[in-house]
Amino acid sequence: MENMKEIVREYVIAEYVEDDTEIGFDTPLISGGIVDSFSMVSLKRFLENKYNISLPDEEATPEAFDSVNKICNLVNKFLNK
Amino acid sequence: MAYSDKSRAIFTETLSGLKDAGLFKQERFIHSAQAADIEVEFPTGSTLKKVINICANNYLGLSSHPEVVKAAHAGLDSHGYGMSSVRFICGTQNIHKKLEQMVTEFLGTEDTILFPSCMDANAGVFEAILTKDDVMISDRLVHASIIDGIRLCSAMHDTFKHSDMEHLESKLQLHNNRRLKVVITDGVFSMDGDTAKLDEMVKLCEKYDALLFVDDSHSSGFIGKTGRGTHEHCGVMGKIDIITTTFGKALGGASGGCVSGRKELVEMCRQKGRPYLFSNTIAPPIVAGVIKVLEILSASTERRDKLEKNTEFWRKGLLDAGFILKEGDTPIVPVMLFNAKLSQDFSKDLYQEGIYAIGFFFPVVPQGQARIRTQISAGHEMHHLEKALEAFKKVGQKYNILGKTKQEIIDMYGM
Repeated sequence: MENMKEIVREYVIAEYVEDDTEIGFDTPLISGGIVDSFSMVSLKRFLENKYNISLPDEEATPEAFDSVNKICNLVNKFLNK
Repeated sequence: MAYSDKSRAIFTETLSGLKDAGLFKQERFIHSAQAADIEVEFPTGSTLKKVINICANNYLGLSSHPEVVKAAHAGLDSHGYGMSSVRFICGTQNIHKKLEQMVTEFLGTEDTILFPSCMDANAGVFEAILTKDDVMISDRLVHASIIDGIRLCSAMHDTFKHSDMEHLESKLQLHNNRRLKVVITDGVFSMDGDTAKLDEMVKLCEKYDALLFVDDSHSSGFIGKTGRGTHEHCGVMGKIDIITTTFGKALGGASGGCVSGRKELVEMCRQKGRPYLFSNTIAPPIVAGVIKVLEILSASTERRDKLEKNTEFWRKGLLDAGFILKEGDTPIVPVMLFNAKLSQDFSKDLYQEGIYAIGFFFPVVPQGQARIRTQISAGHEMHHLEKALEAFKKVGQKYNILGKTKQEIIDMYGM
């Protein structure tokens, strides 16, 4: 889980952060204006490819993607299915 | 009464919230025609003040040009005031078709369809041509009207970092399996005044079989050697699949917009574009005015050449005075102040000096990037620019920001 958190955080920083904003595991990403909800699709595709899962659109909501911790919880839910 | 006290309280509270957050927009009433010199009532009820306008999109100074006004009068006399119909019922006149043909020739495309505004063109175009099997990949700084159009479309949407071609390529690879891919950008970005790298984008689109969409609203008429737009500037005329643009800025400044590009895509808009199907098109006098604008611009590059010289003078003057500008070579020249309150105070002081320019701050621009956005026009004479420059220097000295670095300004005023 810790490794997954780091991987997701690194992806979020590389993909979405263009200044020196620090991203913690609980930093609000979408409600905090760091990740535009429009740009979530690449994060979803990244998670699906990386963890070989399929995230249904109804589960991949802005709320479920709003922090590194929440994203990892979602991924784990489908990893364990 | 459906509008109960409870309902009123909800809206009153929301509006108060906007005021408290400094986001409440107030109009300033202009009592003259749009031009370099205008008469303004601000605050409301005050006596009129003569000021120099350096915040209009009137890049070519054609908004009140005598020949354009005369042509609009003639159009009103010959073709009437309104059509009382959408285009496909009984709302298409010969002058609408003439304007579409002239725009096609001016932009070097295959076909054109008029929309009531470019906002409508952007709102309607994606939904008309794409399905859920397709993907739209947009620059992260595209105009709000494009974002609305994307929201109305069922195709998948992704973004790329502003003007970052490596990132765009990675997104084209990521979505390569989609039926259609459309790369979406502004030609000139309205808040920063920078220009899209259309030459590189065309190459990427050819490599990955993607369509290229450009909103050239802040370019048409003056960017490029003969003012055709960003595609001329970047040497890719004929290679942009969809161009949207407005007649509400350089091209007369009244209203109206269009989608211009590949003929099949334009035809899709004619068949399925909802703002085209369910709203009247541009009124006859405005059509006649825009036709005259295109005649003027096709006959001579004098106005865009003057705009280029004015812009060079303005940028150099501000840089020499010690202001920090956003880099670029377009007539959109943002003077960076970084702090929101400073941008508002600066704008008020400029107004006292007879200069009308507006301060922009978050959320219109990113946090910590507050600025005065200046926009230069071919309608400005040298005395306008010299007076405006003196005013900027005077106010800049007052706030002690001339020659200061970004960090020094932030240290004084905060982000």
